[in-house]
Amino acid sequence: MSSSEQYDAIVVGSGAGGGMATWRLAQAGLRVALVEAGPWYDPADDSQRTQFRYPWESPRRGASTRLRPFGDFNACIGGWELDGEPFTTAPDTDFMWWRARMLGGRTNHWGRISLRFGPLDFKRSDVDGLGDNWPIGYEDVKPYYDQVDKLIGVFGTNEGLPNDPDGYFLPPPKPRLHELYYIRGARKAGVPVYPSRLSILTKRINNDRGICVYCRQCSRACALHADFSSSMVLIYPAVATGRVDVFTNTMVRKVDTGADGRATGVSCIDRGNRRELRINGRSVVLAASACGSARILLNSISARHSSGLGNSSGHVGRYLHDSTGASRAAFLPELMDRDIYNEDGVGGMHVYTPWWLEGANLDFARGYHLEIGGGMGMPSYGFGFAANQYNEFLGQRVGGYGNGLRDDVRRFYGSRLSIACRGESVPQYGNYCELDPSVVDEWGIPVLRFNYRWTDQEINQARHMQDTMEELLEASGGILLGSKPGPERQYGLTQPGEIIHEVGTTRMGDDPATSVTNRYGQLHDADNVFVADAGTFVSQADKNPTWTILSLAWRTSDYIIEQMRQRNL
Amino acid sequence: MNMNRRETLKSLLLAPLAAGAAATAGCASGARVSWTELPREYSYGRTEAEQQRDRELFAESWFSEHELVTIAVLCDIILPSDHANGGALDAGLPDFVEFIVKDRENLKLPVRGGIAWLDSYAVNEFGADFVNIDEPQRLAICDRIAWTDVEDPVLRPGIRFFSLMRDLTLTGYYTTEQGLLDLGYQGNVANVWDGVPAEVLARHGLQYEPEWLDKCVDQSRRDIIATWDDEMNLTS
Ligand SMILES: Cc1cc2nc3c(=O)[nH]c(=O)nc-3n(C[C@H](O)[C@H](O)[C@H](O)COP(=O)(O)OP(=O)(O)OC[C@H]3O[C@@H](n4cnc5c(N)ncnc54)[C@H](O)[C@@H]3O)c2cc1C
Ligand code: SF4
Repeated sequence: MSSSEQYDAIVVGSGAGGGMATWRLAQAGLRVALVEAGPWYDPADDSQRTQFRYPWESPRRGASTRLRPFGDFNACIGGWELDGEPFTTAPDTDFMWWRARMLGGRTNHWGRISLRFGPLDFKRSDVDGLGDNWPIGYEDVKPYYDQVDKLIGVFGTNEGLPNDPDGYFLPPPKPRLHELYYIRGARKAGVPVYPSRLSILTKRINNDRGICVYCRQCSRACALHADFSSSMVLIYPAVATGRVDVFTNTMVRKVDTGADGRATGVSCIDRGNRRELRINGRSVVLAASACGSARILLNSISARHSSGLGNSSGHVGRYLHDSTGASRAAFLPELMDRDIYNEDGVGGMHVYTPWWLEGANLDFARGYHLEIGGGMGMPSYGFGFAANQYNEFLGQRVGGYGNGLRDDVRRFYGSRLSIACRGESVPQYGNYCELDPSVVDEWGIPVLRFNYRWTDQEINQARHMQDTMEELLEASGGILLGSKPGPERQYGLTQPGEIIHEVGTTRMGDDPATSVTNRYGQLHDADNVFVADAGTFVSQADKNPTWTILSLAWRTSDYIIEQMRQRNL
Repeated sequence: MNMNRRETLKSLLLAPLAAGAAATAGCASGARVSWTELPREYSYGRTEAEQQRDRELFAESWFSEHELVTIAVLCDIILPSDHANGGALDAGLPDFVEFIVKDRENLKLPVRGGIAWLDSYAVNEFGADFVNIDEPQRLAICDRIAWTDVEDPVLRPGIRFFSLMRDLTLTGYYTTEQGLLDLGYQGNVANVWDGVPAEVLARHGLQYEPEWLDKCVDQSRRDIIATWDDEMNLTS
């Protein structure tokens, strides 16, 4: 089957990048086909809603499953594994790949941490001589960050920090009790701490979306549409223009190209009835996630593009990189026997510490930020495990049975403080994804094989993270839990992919020999094919990537609109 | 959902050792263990694949009646019902444990093997299965395996198993309505967070830094649409 219509743009994938491209292009009057491998999704639809549910509404009380790895109430349809859609890893690689299959992609359940990259983040090679600079700088992206702030809404504060730029912020919520302990500890340790920056509406931004009612459940997706997800903030309004056709449950195999090497449309499979479908268009915008888009390009083989579309440089899939991560927790005796009140707050931290040692003399190149966790969350599966383990620190016995356990559970409820670090890695040509020559998914599409190893740079950074976390947790009055991981465990460094900030697979650049797209996300090898996800990142700062994906997708869309206006497309 | 004992009860005979006799109504002592039955139908935003999986789990039978009775008796010892907020049996713990063990494959062996260890230990010490010895004898065994600091290689498997059952019992209880009540949990309702209550701050000897507070949301203006000047200052 073939679509009768010739769309102005075919957008592949409906996550952060695809949602933004769809919204912007439709708003500019283009006819858009949005192709999404997963189903339609709206958390306000009661049959899909998991927000505001009590633990007993799930027979497993919110425990994780293979189908919901982050818990039974998490909004993500997808996870570390997808039935019928494997990926493989090279023998020395432990790559993890989180994929969503739903309208809005991974933005339905993401952490909403919304950080701009700073001026240094686009020019890291100038700072430390490693890797490459972006072909663009902060000043190119700033206008788009500004627009994204205003369109989508993000709370935070203007602190005038050199590499953590100010923005058009909504006011942040007040810190919770454990966060006040962290602030006190950070002050003592001489480490800065600021209100966090999350795309959650603490204040009304328009009459279509609700305002946060502080349920701490953003990972379940917000039925009030008070936090950002691509589906509710971008795609519904785009569809409302009447210029967007959404093809859900439709998986793109490849981009089809004509004799001139330019795209003519996409070949897909309808996952419902397993029928082939062809959608025709004047341009194609790939936003299937960094690795997803690389996979489509590598699979788009033709006489003109014999190693895959956009891959004349051999760079598709190369420079794949993820954020680094490490975490630690402590027991705070001062938070024992707490007054119990509703302190849910927003679905994420209210305070954080951005990288504070820029320019310091360290044995690793790039920075990391600290994310703070704790509080009196809603019990779910796992709550009450090792109920009185902290008795160990109080000189009392651990274990027992009977009604006394109730007192233990209450005594230690909300007495934990945790820190998670997220850092910048140095992109490597040798870390990459490629097509596995011998494995296809259930649709017959060759799958990705990952090759990825950390370097000393990331391992040394993790060691520093561990020292920092110990210092801050202790300064906050905490007794450290667990043991400090040493070199045998790479200092607790997370696996590549585990932080779910994978970027860089179709990086942008001015030189077609060493990059896949130009500075607008346009393929060097086919001028009507664009990448609007994190594939174009030359380097992933220690900032979470999504605010930059959104800004660059808007920028790419403006470029497409302009090129069409000038009849170059 | 309001689970309390007046609703459907599930009950199993505390059967005598004469194996397989559990289903024979009215035999031997006739003592029964009963608990609130948990629902088997759920609706909370599931995909088709998830619904299918849960149907299969509910249909699967994994534990024998003897095992279920043992689980019930253990849960009851760990969190008894002689409490205003109910105990494990009021919260349907045996049903929950049965479900979660089927759901989490890695629990199957530890629970089955743990029960077998407990029975073997009870037979050696007191001459009958754990559920068929008398209550003081049962508690005597629990006293030996309930504390994690006991370093007795013979008891080690029992200590591990008891810890697991304590974890499952507490998690199963504190994720029910009674459990949230017992804890005093106040969340999961729409509200407008405006900081830590003053008396709590006072009790902890903490204060908000005034400059920090100045930056935070003025909740009386949350419904006013945000506007900014060109210098990135919020003006509404
Ligand atoms: C638990 C979690 C927490 C996170 N927290 C944060 C955070 O706090 N801050 C932050 O900045 N980032 C965070 N992230 C990362 C963030 O979610 C991603 O950066 C972002 O969603 C990426 O957007 P994307 O458009 O590239 O792709 P995605 O959101 O992954 O969307 C891609 C879409 O493309 C579809 N697709 C894939 N292949 C095909 C195909 N062949 N045909 C058709 N459709 C296809 C998929 O089904 C999917 O819907 C988090 C991620 C997770 C999982
Ligand atoms: S915390 Fe606020 S934004 Fe997040 S899901 Fe709850 S109401 Fe929505």
